[in-house]
Amino acid sequence: MKKELLKFLLFSVLMLLVPLALHGSYLMNVLVFVGIHTMLAVALNLLLGYAGQISLGHAGFFGLGAYLSAILTTTFGFNPWLVMPLAAVVVGLIAFLVGFPILKLKGHYLAMATLGLGVIIYIIINETVDYTGGPSGLSGIPNLAVGTFVFNSDIRNYYLIWTAALAVILLAVNLTNSRVGRALRAIHDSEVAARVMGVNARLLKVQIFALSAIVSALAGSLYAHTMTFVSPASFGFNFSVELLTMVVIGGLGSIYGSFLGAALLTLLPEFLRSAQDFDIIIYGGVLMLMVMFMPGGLVRGVPELLKKMLGNRGGVGNA
Amino acid sequence: MHFRAIVFFIASVILLINSPVFAAAPIKIGALFAVTGPAAFLGEPERNTAQMVVEEINKAGGVKGHKIELIVYDTTGDATKAVQLANKLIKNDKVVAIIGPSTTGETMAVIPVVEKEQIPLISCSAGSKITEPVKKWVFKTAQNDALAVGRIFDQLRKQKLTKVAILTVSDGFGSSGREQLKAQAAKYGITIVFDDTYGPRDTDMTAQLTKIRNSPAQVIICWGTNPGPAVIAKNARQLGVKTPLYMSHGVSSKKFIDLAGDSAEGIRLPSGKVLVADLLPASDNQRKSLLVFIKDYQRQFKAEGDHFGGHAWDAVMLLKNAIEHGGDSPASIRDQLEKTTKFHGIGGTFTYSAHDHAGLGQDAFVLVEVRNKDWAIVK
Amino acid sequence: MPFDQLLQYALSGLSTGAIYALIGIGFSIIYNSTGIINFAQGEFVMLGGMLTLFYINLLKLPLWAAIPASVLTATAAGLLFERLAIRPLRKPTPINMVIITIGGSIFIRGLSMLLWGKDTHSLPPFSGEEPIAIAGATILPQHLWILGITLVIIAANKYFFYHTISGIAMRACSYNGRAAGLVGIDVRRMVLFSFMISSAMGAMAGIIVAPLTMTSYDVGVMLGLKGFCAAIIGGMSSGAATVVGGLVLGILESLGAGLISSGYKDAISFIILLLILFIRPQGLFGKAESERV
Repeated sequence: MKKELLKFLLFSVLMLLVPLALHGSYLMNVLVFVGIHTMLAVALNLLLGYAGQISLGHAGFFGLGAYLSAILTTTFGFNPWLVMPLAAVVVGLIAFLVGFPILKLKGHYLAMATLGLGVIIYIIINETVDYTGGPSGLSGIPNLAVGTFVFNSDIRNYYLIWTAALAVILLAVNLTNSRVGRALRAIHDSEVAARVMGVNARLLKVQIFALSAIVSALAGSLYAHTMTFVSPASFGFNFSVELLTMVVIGGLGSIYGSFLGAALLTLLPEFLRSAQDFDIIIYGGVLMLMVMFMPGGLVRGVPELLKKMLGNRGGVGNA
Repeated sequence: MHFRAIVFFIASVILLINSPVFAAAPIKIGALFAVTGPAAFLGEPERNTAQMVVEEINKAGGVKGHKIELIVYDTTGDATKAVQLANKLIKNDKVVAIIGPSTTGETMAVIPVVEKEQIPLISCSAGSKITEPVKKWVFKTAQNDALAVGRIFDQLRKQKLTKVAILTVSDGFGSSGREQLKAQAAKYGITIVFDDTYGPRDTDMTAQLTKIRNSPAQVIICWGTNPGPAVIAKNARQLGVKTPLYMSHGVSSKKFIDLAGDSAEGIRLPSGKVLVADLLPASDNQRKSLLVFIKDYQRQFKAEGDHFGGHAWDAVMLLKNAIEHGGDSPASIRDQLEKTTKFHGIGGTFTYSAHDHAGLGQDAFVLVEVRNKDWAIVK
Repeated sequence: MPFDQLLQYALSGLSTGAIYALIGIGFSIIYNSTGIINFAQGEFVMLGGMLTLFYINLLKLPLWAAIPASVLTATAAGLLFERLAIRPLRKPTPINMVIITIGGSIFIRGLSMLLWGKDTHSLPPFSGEEPIAIAGATILPQHLWILGITLVIIAANKYFFYHTISGIAMRACSYNGRAAGLVGIDVRRMVLFSFMISSAMGAMAGIIVAPLTMTSYDVGVMLGLKGFCAAIIGGMSSGAATVVGGLVLGILESLGAGLISSGYKDAISFIILLLILFIRPQGLFGKAESERV
């Protein structure tokens, strides 16, 4: 546990120091999104990597959080800080209630059911034009502010988002190293065995599902206030797949792996990008190759690969 | 152990990013187009056109001796990416102006960024709310939906048709059109007797059309982009719907006639003049620009230039003029843009002012009809 | 509600439903022989339409030759997909399978986009476009083609699975792969077969529907999802139940658009999907099966 805490502190210091190196660069802006994506990937990883339950609908929870914040602050003039926990609780409650029937399903059926849930949320956002502005989106969402200090620049948003992201990481690290974490892993390996050992598997799965949804909603609220604009296109099936990819590429069941996946998928296009059309193929190809050759994700696959290469050369493979 | 990899990763990213970017003499213009994704039918011709025009300007010696460097990024139609890329264009590439994005949603998302960073933006999307109210740094070249709606309603008033059914696609284009159709109907003495939508990927609209057939509508107006309207045209023919069918400028290209086949006959729609450039009288002010654009596009891409590409053509040329008239900093380009008067482009004749950053009048649209698999101007 | 209007909804729903049924059976065949939900199934539907166009426009083949050519090509693509992506998988857990087939679908879609561009295209109808009136409702000749070809494929499917040695072997694999292996059935080969058959069926669905609905590189996603709904309603059977599932879904959608709201019609089908998964995960017509540990 102490080692975990040390890791976390080192990571936090590193992330908080990044702006010193990048100040004024547009990458500060990208890193704000890396932060949001990290929150989402960690949330999904809790569900997928630890409890072994897939979800292809997390973009829906993300969208619900974003839209609740957007609508309540913009149209009804509520205080953003008040709305944020409210949105998280509402989304958490929805996930909790839907979680009971949905998490009874397994494997492919679960994937399909969560996918359906995501699509339904998307359609509702898209069709309730009077509240959400429909497909053309909702603009003019206020930035968050403390007194007269408004979070309206990249650097300010960076610290805002990363404070939240680090809090989420800390929560996740603690959770996975606790009794709950062990129980979750037990469910992952064999639900029946876990139940026999006295784990209330069903309730625990639903609770994790709800927690994961709450974190996603929170990320959604923060997204809405930093972007100051939301439109349904950002919360579709594609984004759910993108989140899944982040978790898989980073490594299932590794919290920092989720950060790595989120960072990679958010930053990679920055280096590939030109207005060419190849990235979609690269994207699909990488997804397949990862599962085929590095099923443990980058955090496990890369060290393994290094070990192999070094081992072949001189046998100093104990790094 | 895993952890070391992550530290290494962060460090290498920082190094990579801080590698120096060499600034050169050319004037840098950024462009954000949805080259892939669901709005690719807009983004692709826009990118092609913008690159083509810039190439030609440079071949002719550039603007005031400077070459133009166009930096194009693909937003995939996603607002989040558009915002990231706008930031990248401004902070990393240090562009003096931005063209695009392709869709109204992305444009609305990018507006706060350019307003804050004070970089002129010429949007290629149609939503009226982009320039209403006027934003200091934001202009647009795509004709407002309001103008297209006005053009159709004008015609209906002439024919004394008052009961209208509207069928709009449930994406940004359709919902913006729907707003305008509903907002302007009363002004023209028109009542909307039927109002329904369809999904952008729907493949059968007979249900909606059956309902319309049983409604008192005298005219059907459908607001969408390919392929939906073509499906609707086919469905209408299948059901034997005799009510005249109007489409939006979203399908004003040959592509629509290809897709709808025989079912397209008799369908009317408001269109930019590019579609019927060869039918325009020699006195038309836009004729020269239109013919140049069509010829160049045909030569370069072996395809017909459409008015989406035209939006990008107009945006580049407007910027070129602004720079020629003395602007080379973002602020002076903006000021010069606002002074644009009577620029005869592809989308229409632009005159910007402090109160109008859309710059076009009703005459930007002509009403066309499909006759014998080709376009004809409705007089 | 006048009768002709209802009839129109029903007829439109039937033809859409037939397509869902074909795609759904493709899902079921693979699922039954491998336990995989092939999220790339919709892409083979897209390939069917796009390949036919390719053969007609670029190789100037007539329609009747382009159709079998593109079904064959799509089948080859299915074969490659199984060989290159599914078989080499080291850890075939359901999650890995979901991800790899999603990756595959993105890849196929991307490749098609690069090869054939992003435009929407339309295929010529098989025989004319003159509407046919039926008791106040109208359909097109293409609708008859869709219903007819669907029937033929389903009948052929039935024959194959019950009266040919390969089909019976494949069914054996679906009941118990290990036992099938013990009696000398080459299970891996049967898995390969199932991918080939379902990609051929998907492609055929894509071809017969393209004259009505147009086709482009990205039509596969939604069609795939709907086909999967049909398979779920039918309890993942590769026979009549999934056909009924597809037809029910098509008609409900059409009625939903006609009577309730067209904006929510997709939501309606997914709510039905969720309800069925919650209440009768064995499908509308299946018998409950006890959970195997």
